[in-house]
Amino acid sequence: MKLLIKNGIVIEPQKNIEKKLDVLIENGKIVKLAEDIKLHNVEVINAKGCIVSAGLIDIHTHLREPGNEEEETIASGTKSAAAGGFTTVFCMPNTNPPIDDQAAVEFTMLKAKNEGVINVFPVGAATKGRRGEELTEIGELKKAGVVAISDDGEPISNSQIMRRVLEYSRMFDLPVISHCEDKTLSRGGVVNEGKVSTLLGFRGIPKEAEEIVVIRDIILCSLAKGRLHITHVSTKDSINFIRQAKKNGLKVTCDVTPHHFVLTEDYLLKYSYDTNLKINPPLRTQEDVDTIIEGIKDNTVDCIASDHAPHTVEEKSKEFDLAPFGIIGLETVLPLCITYLYYQHRIPLSKILEKLTINPAKIFGLSKKGRLEPGCDADVVIFNPQEEFVVKNFVSKSRNSPFIGWKLKGKVKYTICSGKVVYSEKNV
Amino acid sequence: MTKKTNSEEFSLPQKISLKQKHLLGLEYLSKEEILLILDTAKPFKTIFTRSIKKVPTLRGRSVVLLFYEPSTRTRTSFELAAKRLSADTVNIAVQLSSVQKGESLIDTAKTLESMKSDFIVIRHSYSGAPHILAQNVSSSIINAGDGFHEHPTQGLLDIFTIREKKGKVEGLKVVIVGDILHSRVARSNLWGLTKLSARVVLCGPPTLIPKDIDKIFPQVEIEHDLDKALRNADVVNILRVQFERQLEHFFPSVREYSLLYGMTKQRLKNAKSDVLVLHPGPMNRGIEITTDVADSLNSVINEQVTNGIAVRMAVLYLLSLVNTNQ
Repeated sequence: MKLLIKNGIVIEPQKNIEKKLDVLIENGKIVKLAEDIKLHNVEVINAKGCIVSAGLIDIHTHLREPGNEEEETIASGTKSAAAGGFTTVFCMPNTNPPIDDQAAVEFTMLKAKNEGVINVFPVGAATKGRRGEELTEIGELKKAGVVAISDDGEPISNSQIMRRVLEYSRMFDLPVISHCEDKTLSRGGVVNEGKVSTLLGFRGIPKEAEEIVVIRDIILCSLAKGRLHITHVSTKDSINFIRQAKKNGLKVTCDVTPHHFVLTEDYLLKYSYDTNLKINPPLRTQEDVDTIIEGIKDNTVDCIASDHAPHTVEEKSKEFDLAPFGIIGLETVLPLCITYLYYQHRIPLSKILEKLTINPAKIFGLSKKGRLEPGCDADVVIFNPQEEFVVKNFVSKSRNSPFIGWKLKGKVKYTICSGKVVYSEKNV
Repeated sequence: MTKKTNSEEFSLPQKISLKQKHLLGLEYLSKEEILLILDTAKPFKTIFTRSIKKVPTLRGRSVVLLFYEPSTRTRTSFELAAKRLSADTVNIAVQLSSVQKGESLIDTAKTLESMKSDFIVIRHSYSGAPHILAQNVSSSIINAGDGFHEHPTQGLLDIFTIREKKGKVEGLKVVIVGDILHSRVARSNLWGLTKLSARVVLCGPPTLIPKDIDKIFPQVEIEHDLDKALRNADVVNILRVQFERQLEHFFPSVREYSLLYGMTKQRLKNAKSDVLVLHPGPMNRGIEITTDVADSLNSVINEQVTNGIAVRMAVLYLLSLVNTNQ
């Protein structure tokens, strides 16, 4: 099985390549990159006018299976990911039951192998039942295939336990993904605390609820000499603390989501009480957005992640206080990055792609992914950065997106996973 | 098109109207619209002194009172207002209805809409619930209090009372005392009073002053010391203490709250001698207000209740005109 991608612009941030190259794929691997490869009897994809990059890696996805199959399944979530240009997703363990033992990891991986269209790597829970009390059998989770551990959504409030998690996972070289939130400060809150919570009459989530745990976890990471990855960073000072931690030589990395650098809390005033703007961490202020953009530019921000959180229309049609947090993101990450980071903030495509491919691969130890090089897995995305489209239909089972109706640039044309076309614009 | 009334001594503004068919909050009304409602409420109030306290203005219209929170005074006030306009009223007792069976707010509202209700008056413990209705049904929605957000008719009746007693609102020093953070009454008063250029002072412990309120209302003053706040005050609006806030650590005890923010005769002497004392009710006598203040000549608490009906009649009437115009 050979596949030849012709006439596209290959962007390979790792090797600083950005030029017109053809890519030859054989038996699920990248075989060759060269100018004008001529071969007969191969399937050819014409990528003229498009960018060819390693397939995107999303390190923060909620696939909802098992437990909430009405929102998303491994099958529908991976199809949604493929439509968004992703060839690998990390699924968070807050399923029901949670991914906190070997059996749950194996179930997820087996389901993904049978029903998924792209690579799925589970993130294992850090504590049993995600209760923040007892460590999971992290060694066994690693053996079963997890790429990181996290109690995402349920921050570990006990500092001693967080310290032990960081220390213990060190011997398996597993990063600990931390959702930073002091629940005693955020309890009952539904939007950023400040102007908007006061105006709309909501309990607020102060930015300090995040920052206090960012600082704590950085300090614990130093104590434990562990590997800390802070996810969905949303505030100015969180970025500043992480920047400083990196300068101090700690093994601290982080990701941000597109909605935290595209939207601000002010959208809640514009679309009053739209529950598709109810997200945790909440949408913040312009000052926070500006600092996140700075962090992307100066590489304080390592990765861009979706925090894809599907919810049904019924759940999201409730009163704002009662509706669940979260929005879907897999199908809008790339166009939001291109429209806002590339076109508006003039951040080079190679830098954007770095945070969606090679950086996640490096941090989470996927040696054959995130790069377009001979010998690597043939996970590829082909997209046209100039093509404009209106966000309306989703492949995901859910449609809880605040970006419906938005005009964005950057259209995925093909997604190829292990040498197989898993998404093609024409077949939608 | 306006409604004809059978009464000669009773005339209503004919030319200007409200822009929206819903009343969701005073934030969304212009100064002119607020004044229109207040001016319209005046002639309605004159009806109350008649032996037959009823006009046929909204005959054939229906008003559904959808109350998700216990309320005696606001619900009764709306019901009387609607009845005095000859509208039909229906009370939805939420505890008995299908809401208890898990029916969603939108489904409940659509059911009511299918019954061709012209108005839905909603009281809900969550902010934004009336907005959900307004987006999903064609009936006119009136917010009778949503979460900590707004209680527009309470704001209007407070301002109506101030205007009636003082002849104006502009330039008056109005002190709002108590739990501003969780108060929809405070927010509606803030919007209405600032639009009519009153000088508003918010007074309460820092734990009960909402964050960034100074950014939204730069002209509003914040004072934690009640004696200082009351100096030269023309009006003081005392908010009800919610006892459960003590458990949430907003203040250490009801006793200390009462010592610091309870309105006593002695304390009221800091204000102007003709200061008006307002309270949205129901009162905790002896806690946020002493009985001698509540029953003093300065107190207009009972008149607020009477005015509430007139203001709600004006709101129903004016919104019904928006309906027919569309």
